[in-house]
Amino acid sequence: MAAMTTLDINGKRVDVDVPADTPLLWTLRDELGMTGTKFGCGMALCGACTVHLDGAPIRSCVTPISAAVGKQVTTIEAVGATPVGRRVVAAWRALNVPQCGYCQSGQIMSACGLLARTPRPTDAQIDEAMAGNICRCGTYQRIRAAIKSAAGGA
Amino acid sequence: MTTIFDNVSRRAFLVGGAAVVGGLIVGVRVLPRTFAAGTLPPLGDDTPKYNPMAFVAIDPTGRVTIVAHRSEMGQGARTALPMALADELEADWSRVVVVQAPGDEATYGGQNTDGSRSLRRCLAPMRQAGAAVRQMLETAAAKVWGVEADEVRARNHQVIHTPTGRALGFGDLAGAARDLPVPTASAVELKSKAEFRYLGKTVPMVDLVDMTSGQAHYGIDARLPGMKHAVIARPPVYGGRVVSFDEAAARAVPGVERVVKLDSTPPPSGFQPLGGVAVIARNTWAAIQGRNALNVKWDDGPNRLYESAAYRRQLEETARRAGKVVRNDGDAPGALASAARVVKADYYIPHLAHAPMEPPAAAAHVADGRCEAWGCTQNPQGARNELAKTLGISPDRVKVNVTLLGGGFGRKSKPDYIVEAALLSRAVSAPVKVTWTREDEIHHDYYHTVNAQHLEAALDPQGRVYAWLHRTVFPAIPSTFLPDVRYASDNELSQGCLDVPYAIPNIRCENGEAVPHVRIGWFRSVINIPHAFAVCSFADELAHAAGRDPKDYLLQLLGPSRHVAAGPHYQNYGEDLRAYPIDTARLRGVLELVAEKAQWGRKVPAGHGLGIAVHRSFVSYVATVVEVAVGEDGTISIPRVDTAVDCGFAAFPERIRSQVEGAAVMALSSTLYGEITFRDGRAQQSNFNDFQVARMNAAPRETHVHIVESDAVPGGIGEVGVPPFGPALCNAIFAATGRRIRRLPIGEQLKNGGAS
Repeated sequence: MAAMTTLDINGKRVDVDVPADTPLLWTLRDELGMTGTKFGCGMALCGACTVHLDGAPIRSCVTPISAAVGKQVTTIEAVGATPVGRRVVAAWRALNVPQCGYCQSGQIMSACGLLARTPRPTDAQIDEAMAGNICRCGTYQRIRAAIKSAAGGA
Repeated sequence: MTTIFDNVSRRAFLVGGAAVVGGLIVGVRVLPRTFAAGTLPPLGDDTPKYNPMAFVAIDPTGRVTIVAHRSEMGQGARTALPMALADELEADWSRVVVVQAPGDEATYGGQNTDGSRSLRRCLAPMRQAGAAVRQMLETAAAKVWGVEADEVRARNHQVIHTPTGRALGFGDLAGAARDLPVPTASAVELKSKAEFRYLGKTVPMVDLVDMTSGQAHYGIDARLPGMKHAVIARPPVYGGRVVSFDEAAARAVPGVERVVKLDSTPPPSGFQPLGGVAVIARNTWAAIQGRNALNVKWDDGPNRLYESAAYRRQLEETARRAGKVVRNDGDAPGALASAARVVKADYYIPHLAHAPMEPPAAAAHVADGRCEAWGCTQNPQGARNELAKTLGISPDRVKVNVTLLGGGFGRKSKPDYIVEAALLSRAVSAPVKVTWTREDEIHHDYYHTVNAQHLEAALDPQGRVYAWLHRTVFPAIPSTFLPDVRYASDNELSQGCLDVPYAIPNIRCENGEAVPHVRIGWFRSVINIPHAFAVCSFADELAHAAGRDPKDYLLQLLGPSRHVAAGPHYQNYGEDLRAYPIDTARLRGVLELVAEKAQWGRKVPAGHGLGIAVHRSFVSYVATVVEVAVGEDGTISIPRVDTAVDCGFAAFPERIRSQVEGAAVMALSSTLYGEITFRDGRAQQSNFNDFQVARMNAAPRETHVHIVESDAVPGGIGEVGVPPFGPALCNAIFAATGRRIRRLPIGEQLKNGGAS
């Protein structure tokens, strides 16, 4: 239906044939069957769709695939590939963070992005980095504790 | 039909017949309760009953499969109930596979996961089922060895002959046990509390690993071979219908394949879809783009005049007039008329949207006179019945598979979105997934009701209340299902109004008329939200009027330890009052506990305040102390929350804590920001920019949960943390600022002089 676009997702080259303005979120979920990245708002308001683009957290619901060309996309499915990712996931599990779990892919990707650039974040830095990720179940207290735990503190 | 859901290790969602059937099958049953079209769906009752059914299977390798028949939305039911069975069975939890039941009332009994009932109703029958299987395995082992039954006992996945130490694994015994008679419920011996292996302990949720690795499957993640993706333009006004639309423009969008008009259901629409125009495409994004091009013209119908400011005035006027009397102890009107001192207050709470992070979504495949659906539903049986009714086929030709729910909060008890998927699958002869966008969810919710209340109390010279008048007015949930509903159901009035637990000789509760204009639905803790807000705020107002400490005054209002008689209309969440009385000793207990733990009365910094509230809902008892900090610019932050919970036996304490922690955040969202308003019949909010919910920076910095140690029958936990939080926060704001919040949300009220 359109010219093929080549993406690098979790270290693998994949070709997709959707219009170049198609958001990365729907390309991952519907075209590639990678459903770990979640839809929550479609307007970069909730963070459920957070993935990494060249290591930095972005909202895939408002990122067209054209903006990901030539860059490395990392999704929740590959979070365990880095030491930071493994520490974050381990902390999430140790503290039983999730309730419904739906937003947690995005929460974890945002937390990994924070710790990758700020290994020992303050409370204010955690709030700042995580304020874009909504959890309607209200797991914020445990998310904050898990980030501190993954950072090696608290 | 197959799906791409993985059936991995111990987490499985598809119960294909062969997947479950192993060497031994017995079960439990919660008595089913069906409801015909045009009647109210059940709320708060499905009587538990023990019955042999398919809940557990053991295969020859010793793998134990346990069916989770209630939906998982973070509250832990999918772990707790199988865990209870496993505990009594003496199964090794690491060798247990949990599979999710499809909607099947005849097999599993009531599955509608709402009303905070899963543990409350199902803990006992699940334990009995586990114990029954354990006894069958023990009997089988005794026969194999030719020894007396009292010489063997099951222990951690094997049966041991105590005198000799011989052991047989569960897998070795399953074949011999399967043909034994299933013990009756009264013949099973349950463990004592000291013998519990898992109950009362911290056990991770069975889906924890999947949820933290992107592998957990929700309704929105359903994928079927050949599946199409659909979004729907629904009437913006409840009861509206399509006049015209531009099909060609939608079909011109790359990826769009079909455009299908869906008939509207006139109010009351119940569980039926709202109708509209569906765009079906190769992916969700193309469907959304196609919908944007539809340019639908609507006939809005009679609800086009719904306007929230005018409706609020109407509700408040009604609340100022005498209403239908629903509880009447003594002579409250007479006492109030002659009282030297009367305190009065009016409270208002607007509509709310549920806003689960996963919006409603479902996939369905209708073919060959059958329907199979996959959805994030709290209510698979309701979905099955509605699908059968809609498609004109018998329920036994419909299968509803339950995925994980990305939040439910009552929204996903209504299966309209699953029916949409089935109608579209039938229309295009292919599997279809319907995804609701966030705007769809906010615009077309089964909204939490909008409510006005008027309270009056007569005070004697010592400041004691001797007469109480509580008038509540709101469009009722039954109006979504039945025509011409103008008054609330007894069930709704039983949530914090009729059951006022105060020791006051003259009590009158009244309910005023209200006309519905939108779909009204259950929202986590339901009518307890407005009622607890008004009653717990008013108690605080009375304490201040009497010049008393609010906590001491609450103890005085609660009076001596006793069981409250709430009158003939009182429903008690479907429970027998003899088993679950309204026990003021337990209300006093949580109040005293939270006061102690929060150090009630402690000195707080300038601009800070402490507020307290106590409330019983879903037959559990909860008291909350909120510490608020109000900045000079009116900005609110919450340094600390303490909540004491008495929910009877704490089967799964880790999830009790997490539910109560989360309830504080959800209630904070509603209290600070939550409001859906209507103009020209249309919801004026659309996404998280204008329907705000609490983010990490606004959430309480510390929430401490204090669980009362108890052996009492279990009460609800999923919803009960919500009701007391809002009034405790507003009482704290009064303590900090002297400003009384009587209208929610708080919004900008503290920033503009505190007018309400």
